[in-house]
Amino acid sequence: MKRILLGAGLGVAATLALAAPAQAAKTLVYCSEGSPENFNPMVNTTGTSFDVSLPVYNNLVQFERGGTKVVPGLAETWDVSEDGLTYTFHLRKGAKWHSNNDFKPTRDANADDVLWSFNRQWKKDHPFHKVSGGAYDYFNDMAMPDLLKSIEKVDDYTVKFTLNKVEAPFIANLAMPFAAIQSAEYADSLQKKNQIDKIDQAPIGTGPFQFVAYQKDAVIRYKAFEPYWGGKAPLDNLVFAITPDAAVRYAKLKAGECHIVPYPNPADLEAMKKDTAINLMEQEGLNVGYLSFNVTKKPFDDVRVRRALNMAIDKKAVVDAVYQGAGVPAKNPIPPTMWSYNKEIEDYPYDPERAKKLLAEAGFPDGFETDLWAMPVQRPYNPNAKRMAEMMQADLAKVGIKAKVVQYEWGEYRKRLQAGEHQMGMLGWTGDNGDPDNFLHVLLGCEAARPGGSNIAKWCYKEFDDLVLQAKRTTDIAARTKLYEQAQVIFKEEAPWLTVAHSVVHMALSKNVVDYKMDPFGIHRFYGVDLKQ
Amino acid sequence: MLRFILTRVSLVIPTFLGVTFLTFLLIRLVPGDPIEVRVGERGIPPERLLELRHELGLDRPLWQQFLDYIGGVLQGDLGVSLVTRNSVFSEFVTLFPATLELAALAMLFATVVGLPAGIIAAVRRGSVFDHGVMGISLTGYSMPIFWWGLLLILFFSVGLGWTPVSGRLDLLYYVEPVTGFMLIDTLMAGEYGAFWSALHHLILPMIVLGTVPLAVVARMTRSAMLEVLGEDYIRTAKAKGLAGKRVIGLHALRNALIPVVTVIGLQVGTLLGGAILTETIFSWPGVGKWLIESINRRDYPALQGGVLLIATTVMTVNLLVDVLYGVLNPRIRHSR
Repeated sequence: MKRILLGAGLGVAATLALAAPAQAAKTLVYCSEGSPENFNPMVNTTGTSFDVSLPVYNNLVQFERGGTKVVPGLAETWDVSEDGLTYTFHLRKGAKWHSNNDFKPTRDANADDVLWSFNRQWKKDHPFHKVSGGAYDYFNDMAMPDLLKSIEKVDDYTVKFTLNKVEAPFIANLAMPFAAIQSAEYADSLQKKNQIDKIDQAPIGTGPFQFVAYQKDAVIRYKAFEPYWGGKAPLDNLVFAITPDAAVRYAKLKAGECHIVPYPNPADLEAMKKDTAINLMEQEGLNVGYLSFNVTKKPFDDVRVRRALNMAIDKKAVVDAVYQGAGVPAKNPIPPTMWSYNKEIEDYPYDPERAKKLLAEAGFPDGFETDLWAMPVQRPYNPNAKRMAEMMQADLAKVGIKAKVVQYEWGEYRKRLQAGEHQMGMLGWTGDNGDPDNFLHVLLGCEAARPGGSNIAKWCYKEFDDLVLQAKRTTDIAARTKLYEQAQVIFKEEAPWLTVAHSVVHMALSKNVVDYKMDPFGIHRFYGVDLKQ
Repeated sequence: MLRFILTRVSLVIPTFLGVTFLTFLLIRLVPGDPIEVRVGERGIPPERLLELRHELGLDRPLWQQFLDYIGGVLQGDLGVSLVTRNSVFSEFVTLFPATLELAALAMLFATVVGLPAGIIAAVRRGSVFDHGVMGISLTGYSMPIFWWGLLLILFFSVGLGWTPVSGRLDLLYYVEPVTGFMLIDTLMAGEYGAFWSALHHLILPMIVLGTVPLAVVARMTRSAMLEVLGEDYIRTAKAKGLAGKRVIGLHALRNALIPVVTVIGLQVGTLLGGAILTETIFSWPGVGKWLIESINRRDYPALQGGVLLIATTVMTVNLLVDVLYGVLNPRIRHSR
């Protein structure tokens, strides 16, 4: 029952650092958009829950700040065997664990922790497998159970992963939030006390910020971890003030109650741009919104029809109207921030006359009737699918195509698209690991074209698939880049989709926040960020 | 008296069962199940979906799930949240004091302002004040809470800087929750600064949440007063030369208060309903905000349990008001 003063800095937070003495602790207040399920990225799928656990944990490898490049984490170096099946990680020595009232670590992070963390997700008989629901969606989604043959401890600081098949994106997968490393020693101590659930509620990690307290639905507090292996964070304290309403977040930023605000209302963007006290950052998201043509259904089996549709829709007008400045027209299925993005590709022009001609050639001089599926919900890559569908409908009518807009409940919608019930359907994708394979193979490969698979154009084109599969089995980035660039050329020619847009993500920051970098994965990271005093 | 109370209690039981059944059914009628909602674009292989549904018990027939749920409820077990894996009851108990504190202050605000406003309006019937109060209360009653809350924030917090925008306590303070009531906890901790901060944070949400009850109390007081003021005994009291204040304060108000007390009791439902929106605007960590998130995540147990506990609270308060009314007014308890 005592007040814990988290450094004088929390006081500074209230009045915003300006008036504080120079040596006062620096506290950054981030107005987050929602409450986390818990503090373990293994069991969650939402950005909100990744945001709260990433300050605490490290992975073997991690994404560089503000990029998709993989850099060392708890593993200092790693070697890949000739056949591409064995990955040996050499762990960093002296990576310290956090402590809390119940747990004081006696050792640094080592191979046991790595084995423990992967086995928790992988082995159904692991004592912690069922903790926090035990769904491990990402571990399963990235096909880790099929991919992993064994994980062995070679010595205290060496771990060997053996795979069942070559998978070039494997390293990038290990940088994803789900592959965080938890402390085996902490787990043991909790197990002895019969409090295993606590592992995901009161997290212990090796990351730059140590968890202090969570007042449910209100405030999450962290403090900088002094002995962090990467060096102590420039901030002293990090506070998440949970604020679900976007208008209120903006008000809090203006009133000086927080420093960083995610997901502003599109309607507020203009005012934010004009506000001299606010720094509005923007970045193209690692995503794509598209309209797929079901190539297994007539008339979309004819490439001329698909090309005609690409020319019949005024993409720029659609993007301007629907995204209102928070989106850019897309020409490729992968976003421009991703490596191997093919800049040379030319998009189909908006040309209804040529579209009509192509349709006539394909045997539809008077157009045809079709359906046009639109998501019932707002998604990161498409703020208003209904409106988009209506605009497309109008454009299509001009070339004689009568499109009927179809909507289902979101879960049902996705299921039916994946089953291939539609003729034309909208969807999109947000990247997981920054690897082009995560778009090109997952969304356009033959394997995913089966009923129920995520290739909703059901487009299986051997030439394209060969390139993508070859890139998956090649570990050399330069060689992979060439393969993917070529795959994008084929994609554009064959036009299984109308690539609509990449959304632009905005963040509003107070002017005294220094060196905040937007993350392409849409996660909010605070290590390396500083406050001007 | 005992019989009266027992009859009232027995009437609560069907309501309770009805609420249990309705919440169970309604949330399941909302399309999308907890797993589908979570997986988004990437979808989930059908085998894995079956496995997870089995683990959560969602694959069993609905009637069986309902019987299990009722069985649990009768033993005081509301189940475990599908999302956080914490007991629904413990989550509710952690968050409910915040809602209660806000609702209590909102009611206090509504009564302290509404009662005198209603009395004066009745006494000065037809005056500018009367028309003003009635006009304002009609506006307040029809005010969309969301809009009203944002308006107050923009004016008082952003524009004038008088009140904090949202939250429950300045981040400077960290008070270990004991009762969960911030005003009490800060005082128990001897943190007067924190107490003032908590009070400060309560002002705007209290006004926003109290606006509808305030309008209701003011209008009810006015009409009850008007009725009483027309009674013969008031004329008699005036005729025997009693001071105006005494007539109104002692003779009229006492009798006019009976319906007003009932109305105040019935506002508890309005308050808890309004709390859902108010808490979302003011980032208030109470059960309202928690329920909204549970709906979005299709967290069936949390939602069922939360609605049931809130309904139980409302029913209990209504029961108490009923009983209290019976005590105040013997005609009621004898007529049933």
